[in-house]
Amino acid sequence: MSELTITLMRLGLLVALWAFVIAVVGVLRGDLYGTQVTQRRSAPPRGNTPRPVARGAAPARVPAEQRPVGRRPQERGDREPRQLRVMSGPLAGSNLPLREAGTLVGRSPESALVLEDDFASGRHARIYKGPQGWVVEDLGSTNGTFIGQQRLDAPTPVSAGTEIRFGTTIVELRR
Amino acid sequence: MTTVSSLASRKGRNVELGLLVFAVAIVALAYINVGVAVEGAIPPSLVAVGSGFVIITAVFHLVMRWRAPYADPLILPIATLLNGLGLVMINRLDLANGRDLAEGMALRQLMWSAIAAALAIAALIILRDHRILRRYTYLAGALGFGLLLLPLVPGLGVENYGSRIWIAVGPFSFQPGEVAKIVLAIFFAGYLVQTRDALSVADRRILGLTLPRGRDLGPILVAWMLSVGVLVLEKDLGSSLLFFGLFVAMLYVATERTSWVAIGMLLFCVGCYIANMIFSHVQRRVLLWLDTFSREALDTSDQLARGIMGMASGGMFGTGLGRGRPDLTYFAESDFIIPSFGEEIGLIGLFALLLLYVLLIERGLRTAIGARDGFGKLLASGLAFSVALQCFVVVGGVTRVIPLTGLTMPFLSQGGSSLLANWTLVALLLRISDHARRPVPDPAAPNPVASNQTQVVRLR
Repeated sequence: MSELTITLMRLGLLVALWAFVIAVVGVLRGDLYGTQVTQRRSAPPRGNTPRPVARGAAPARVPAEQRPVGRRPQERGDREPRQLRVMSGPLAGSNLPLREAGTLVGRSPESALVLEDDFASGRHARIYKGPQGWVVEDLGSTNGTFIGQQRLDAPTPVSAGTEIRFGTTIVELRR
Repeated sequence: MTTVSSLASRKGRNVELGLLVFAVAIVALAYINVGVAVEGAIPPSLVAVGSGFVIITAVFHLVMRWRAPYADPLILPIATLLNGLGLVMINRLDLANGRDLAEGMALRQLMWSAIAAALAIAALIILRDHRILRRYTYLAGALGFGLLLLPLVPGLGVENYGSRIWIAVGPFSFQPGEVAKIVLAIFFAGYLVQTRDALSVADRRILGLTLPRGRDLGPILVAWMLSVGVLVLEKDLGSSLLFFGLFVAMLYVATERTSWVAIGMLLFCVGCYIANMIFSHVQRRVLLWLDTFSREALDTSDQLARGIMGMASGGMFGTGLGRGRPDLTYFAESDFIIPSFGEEIGLIGLFALLLLYVLLIERGLRTAIGARDGFGKLLASGLAFSVALQCFVVVGGVTRVIPLTGLTMPFLSQGGSSLLANWTLVALLLRISDHARRPVPDPAAPNPVASNQTQVVRLR
């Protein structure tokens, strides 16, 4: 067979080898399975006045993440906390909508509020909606969850404005 | 602020099938290329060898669909491609040395590939859960050290080319060190999962390193003495380095303490220094490494020099398969298969090969990250690291980064024991990754058994 065929084959082999490597890398990129990172909006500036909303108006059912944080129509009166704000610690100033099913706080990437705090545990605490209102529960964390000087050993009801401390992070429930 | 949520993983069996077809096509192209370049025609053995190779691959893939549907889709195609390219190069060296297919090494290598794949398939079918292996931790330890020291048994061990790492039973010869690598990884994983809490206790900080307590140094010293024993008694630097490096790496993964790596390196350097002072075979290796082209070194062995000259003549694009003279180097098909490839597919092709190893190792480490049990994490990272270290030792040896030691390149090199061990290693990685990627059963979903009522006990 001609020399040209052999040259073509030999270069084709190199191309094929690299195409295989690139195909594998392509699969790798699509295969970063396990976790998905969602970027949240930054917190609105402080002193923001809530937009007046007509009572009883049916709010549109939009997934919580898509609603602008901090200017949410208030469905059930003013007394209900709707969001979690980080008051101090590495993430100070962040806001997070509370979920009724429970908001997991901890260093584990699966938590809703991922603490970058060396004094917090992987699954540190959970804030969920009990029959009486919002409840914070310590999930057996090493350094404990505190309200004031009190270390929590049982699920404890919290209201808006109560400061809860995980490690060096202090969060507060906000309306 | 960002949130991270878990996603269900895809199975990826169709991706695997596509890549396997691609891998087999590359191997076929390379095989035809060799035939055309050497004999001027498409080799008549293509159908026989090719169908054998396709059958092995297809059976393995079907077993994966059946028994490990969630396993990583990239490990098998990469291993298949490497094994196939090794076959092509061995066949090419057979042609250069005037051996036909029936008496050549390529057919034997294909046969060993089939046996190795069959063993890996059997391992996948029998071993339904890698955590079962943890029960045999100490048995694996005894077996591993036994295998490592087996070549020293008089009448069984054989000394080849200065290293006593072979055993011969009748017509068969075997390198037990290859299998020992897997068994020892199982032992280290099981042992370190139990003891890592004690081993990661911090003592005091020196120069920014948190040192472990003195009494916890026992295991690493035992491992070091065994590896020095292998070096001295079997005169095999490669196995010794592989075994000790594997232990230190797994110790680091288990305890997250950098100080163990520092201690391990220090011990290793001390061991090397002493060995270089005392043993002539080590001195010879060092001489060949540092002054490869000196008269003195060339009188001892010109193997490394020939390998390097071969790679140099290949250059960037290589001479093309079948157009170089890799057969001029001794052991061009086993220890020196990397220079053989470097000569014929060039630096560009060689880097593609090395990237394939990198990707294989990455998949192993990714499996370790995904594994949900500590034993699986340690075992997967140990197995992946053993491949990485072995590649480093081989490629570093033939490119004069470190002294040349006798280890085989996983999947590429000619040799039955190496293929058996590495395919079994792949089977274990596939088993762990199947477990790691399988979706977790939803705890909120009602358990069908729990909601069943029994006839005898009824509550209300």
